[in-house]
Amino acid sequence: MFADKRATENQERPMSNISRRAMLGATGGLIAGGLLKTQADALVVTEEAASLQTAQVDPTKMHGAPTSVLGQRAPAERPRRGMGSPATTSSSRTPIEQLRGIITPADLHFERHHAGVPAIDPDRYELLIHGIVDRPMTFTLDDLKRFPAESRICFVECSGNGGAAYNRNAARERAPGQIDGLFSTSEWTGVALTTLLREVGINPEASWLLAEGGDAALMSRSIPVEKAFDDAMIAYGQNGEAIRPEQGFPARLLLPGWEGNAQVKWIRRLEASDRPSMTRDETSKYTDPLADGTARQFSLVMDAKSTITFPAFPFVLPERGWWEIRGLAWSGRGRITRVEVSTNGGRTWVPAQLQDPVLSKCATRFRHIWNWDGGEALLMSRAIDETGYVQPDLETQIAARGEGSSYHYNTIRPWKVEADGRVFFAQGKAQ
Amino acid sequence: MSRRSLLAALSGFLAATTLALHGCAPDSPNRETSTVLSGAAEWPGSFAIGQDATPAEIAALNIDFGPDGADAPPGSGSVAEGEVVYDSKCAVCHGPTGQEGPMDRLVGREPREGFPFGETRGLRKTVGNYWPYATTIFDYVNRTMPVTSPGSLTANEVYAVAAYILFLNEIIPENAVMNGQTLPAVVMPARDRFVPDDREGGPEVR
Repeated sequence: MFADKRATENQERPMSNISRRAMLGATGGLIAGGLLKTQADALVVTEEAASLQTAQVDPTKMHGAPTSVLGQRAPAERPRRGMGSPATTSSSRTPIEQLRGIITPADLHFERHHAGVPAIDPDRYELLIHGIVDRPMTFTLDDLKRFPAESRICFVECSGNGGAAYNRNAARERAPGQIDGLFSTSEWTGVALTTLLREVGINPEASWLLAEGGDAALMSRSIPVEKAFDDAMIAYGQNGEAIRPEQGFPARLLLPGWEGNAQVKWIRRLEASDRPSMTRDETSKYTDPLADGTARQFSLVMDAKSTITFPAFPFVLPERGWWEIRGLAWSGRGRITRVEVSTNGGRTWVPAQLQDPVLSKCATRFRHIWNWDGGEALLMSRAIDETGYVQPDLETQIAARGEGSSYHYNTIRPWKVEADGRVFFAQGKAQ
Repeated sequence: MSRRSLLAALSGFLAATTLALHGCAPDSPNRETSTVLSGAAEWPGSFAIGQDATPAEIAALNIDFGPDGADAPPGSGSVAEGEVVYDSKCAVCHGPTGQEGPMDRLVGREPREGFPFGETRGLRKTVGNYWPYATTIFDYVNRTMPVTSPGSLTANEVYAVAAYILFLNEIIPENAVMNGQTLPAVVMPARDRFVPDDREGGPEVR
């Protein structure tokens, strides 16, 4: 059903006389000659050449490739993070519509940096914990790894994720990752923050921890100490390997279910205090103005949210018949207990299937099999979490917060299926 | 009895026997045979991992400057001194008067009445109309500005540029000097607009 159109096209193109090496050489020439703008363009060309060549041979008639020290994706698979144009040092998005399960491959984890990705020497790395503690201490990376470890699978989401959807006239031609791609899920491994706070003897009057990164932003956020005693972690592992530089190598703060900005990457310092520091990113940014003339501050938990990732723009349904509506749901307050799907713009809802594992503060897969009759349809999903919270529609959230509010954009995402099979983002237009 | 069900019965018997031999009730698992770490109760008072931090190590990193002014670095700066710093190091990104961008707009008190940022889309947030604490200017600029040379400004320069931004926002007079005492004492127009998060899950949308 999901015929790989690319492979079919590839087989129709005559490429048999071009070897991969020749193509690689040619690519360099094209860059030099100005026909390809960037190394990234060259990468695509090179991968395409490899994939075309793969399509020409009968794999049952030729001994396969040897083992390798580092695996690579199948040449036909070319997932890419969504980038601003031109490339920036600030953010890139996970192409959630191209992913299958709940785990985000580490090289596709979204990025949000405030002064680029720092190059940190792991041998010189130290985490300082001080403030109102009995014994201020520093911990090397080896020290952190020596403490009792823990792992958990959870999402990290930028609290500005989905801003494009908080709009009564949102752009139609947007893919799920372009809307909600500041969201990724990993298995994180590290040391529980309580273990370290116990080691330094944090004092009972400490109510906040100032977390500070070792990047050029010296990124800093004040964290309520209750979170540290709940489930916070100093993480150094991501999906079985060291955390990637873009996610905080060699170590980051992990606050399951809370906004990504507070989960300070490249963490170098924690200061126990009895008051928040009122840093720039907890005052002028990452605060949520409300219609009543106030602004919500330290709005740290990510509320329940879901989005359909298939079918969605830019996919075109090629024919009527059975299609599986697929998506992701998550809540920063615990487990997803139910996801409901509507194919008629919210007039009726049916429960979707949830795919095990359904973990707390973690991406949860939902699926709903749908027989498309070839007519117009308006697809929606809404997540319900273990607190009984129901993902609201846009007008409900605007009524609660105001049209100019910012951050924590978790409204229902509607997708309009046209009779010709094209699918468009339909926030605001059909409600 | 099939072979499979026999095995199941046998393993059940062995489990029951093991429990009986160790005298363990199900709600108090035997720690010696458990393969799952049963938690911090078994841990020593200290793992003796890590190093004591010296005062010099702490001082080198302890740069935060909060609203209470505690640990404010020595130094001071005037509006006039700040204008010199701003023009040479800030204006290229934030505009000649702090209102032009292209990066964050720093200056502007409009709208002066109310705090309509939640009600109305697209209003421009500035230091003057949105930032609740003046100390945040020092803290942030000191950390990461200017973007081409983060952390390169002296404390005097940071106090001065904070003074200039506050002056442009019509919050302090032109003859004001900012230092570790005067900067925390500045009352920002939006100071009382910020409220704690009242979302708590459950059926109510907030």
